[in-house]
Amino acid sequence: MTAVIENLDPLLRALGTTALILVVSAAGSLVLGVLVTVARVSPIPVLRGAAWAYVQVFVNIPLLALLLLAVFALPDAGLLMPLLTTVIVVLVVYEAAYVAEAVRSGINTVAPGQVEAARALGLRLSQTLRYVVVPQAVRAVVQPLGNVMIALLMNTALAATVGVVELTSAVNKVNLVEAQPIPIFTAAGLTYMALALAIGLGAGRIEKKVAIHR
Amino acid sequence: MSHSGAFLYDAPGPRARRRILLGSVVSALVLAGLLALALAQFASHGQLDADRWTPFLDWPIWSYLLVGLRGTALAAALVAVLAGAFGVLLAIGRLSRNRPVRWLATGYIEVARTLPVLLLIYLMLFGLPAYGINLPVLWKLVVPLTIANAAVVAEIVRAGVLALPRGQTEAALSLGIRRGQAMRFVVLPQALRHVTPSLITQLVSLIKDTSLGYVVAFTELLYRAQVLSAYNRLLIQTFLVVALVYLVFNGALSYLAARLRTRVRRQVAPPSAPAEQAADRELETPVAR
Repeated sequence: MTAVIENLDPLLRALGTTALILVVSAAGSLVLGVLVTVARVSPIPVLRGAAWAYVQVFVNIPLLALLLLAVFALPDAGLLMPLLTTVIVVLVVYEAAYVAEAVRSGINTVAPGQVEAARALGLRLSQTLRYVVVPQAVRAVVQPLGNVMIALLMNTALAATVGVVELTSAVNKVNLVEAQPIPIFTAAGLTYMALALAIGLGAGRIEKKVAIHR
Repeated sequence: MSHSGAFLYDAPGPRARRRILLGSVVSALVLAGLLALALAQFASHGQLDADRWTPFLDWPIWSYLLVGLRGTALAAALVAVLAGAFGVLLAIGRLSRNRPVRWLATGYIEVARTLPVLLLIYLMLFGLPAYGINLPVLWKLVVPLTIANAAVVAEIVRAGVLALPRGQTEAALSLGIRRGQAMRFVVLPQALRHVTPSLITQLVSLIKDTSLGYVVAFTELLYRAQVLSAYNRLLIQTFLVVALVYLVFNGALSYLAARLRTRVRRQVAPPSAPAEQAADRELETPVAR
């Protein structure tokens, strides 16, 4: 345990990086994911096709391949951003595909009568989506979205492979110096579990608050 | 007009059709503009030059990458078999009436679901050798992936068992079959068939995860791509080609899963009670990373 306590400072800073990546990517992927879903159910065939292709690409290509492409290859084409920004952008576009899948299954739970009622009130399609369909769809999939966010937390660890010093990377570095894998990796594992638990409990509470009782 | 969003709007009249056409044209132009912008950016850095792409028409490069694909398939097959078997056992354990067994399975699933695979891989690479545990590279990849995927498989199978009507177990028990036999011969076969689409989706996810072989230096597709790109200096081209390979193979599997999903739904779900719909939704949620 002393190995962890002596290195608390870099470990906490790394935890901060993990939290930063997590929060920014979570917010970004939720927004982008909902937009992709809207495109996917829109009456415009081109948008539907583009959204479908988007989801297929990011659900079927490994995140690590995308990370390597964005971090090491794209600079050859003059596309260079700060490392942390690149990682966050990749995580946002990747996880947004999963968010879109979850929200779409939520849209399927919205009763057609809701849409008909909205139309009868004279709402335009954009208004129907914005005020009636999307809010109900998202409320129906709070728990699945929580699972996507937990997966996102797991995926932040991949930032270590391209050189971001987040929790997994820092833990590995500390272990290489201290050579006490059991306490160090256990501490890291417990931290990830605590974060995932917090996301899970948070999702549970939000779900209880916003669930629609039919 | 039979796509999933079709219930959101009326059959379009002449004005709506005009607007949809306009929207199609505008969004097509925007998308084409974005694509042109990306291509221009690539071209201005010489990334579209023919000699940077023609190497990928040669057989030696493909045979080199195919060896990697074989490694990906091997690792994925091992993880699928091990995690599948282990996952079913865990699901049964979590549903067991024996409290210690239930707690143990539940505890394992909850812990394994919330540990990053990369952390386990680093533990395999840099942690355990200090204690004299130094597995071959293949297993340094397969063991962490199995640990993580077994938990996910267990949750998928459990959802399938719970979605099955209770009457199935009750009928089996009333025939004088023992509980274990009822699980084995009545409940599990139906539950597994029900969750096959989700299991295939999980297979896609674990194939993607085998790309972590890049970290342990196991010869799979992404690692080969990395070695190849270090040699030919065609980073963008190599990684795009490899991403395309992943897209083709996993896309085919995903398509299969989607096909099966609509078929399973048509077979087992007549317009059903809300509780059952909720269970269906549970089955459909992408658990995969």
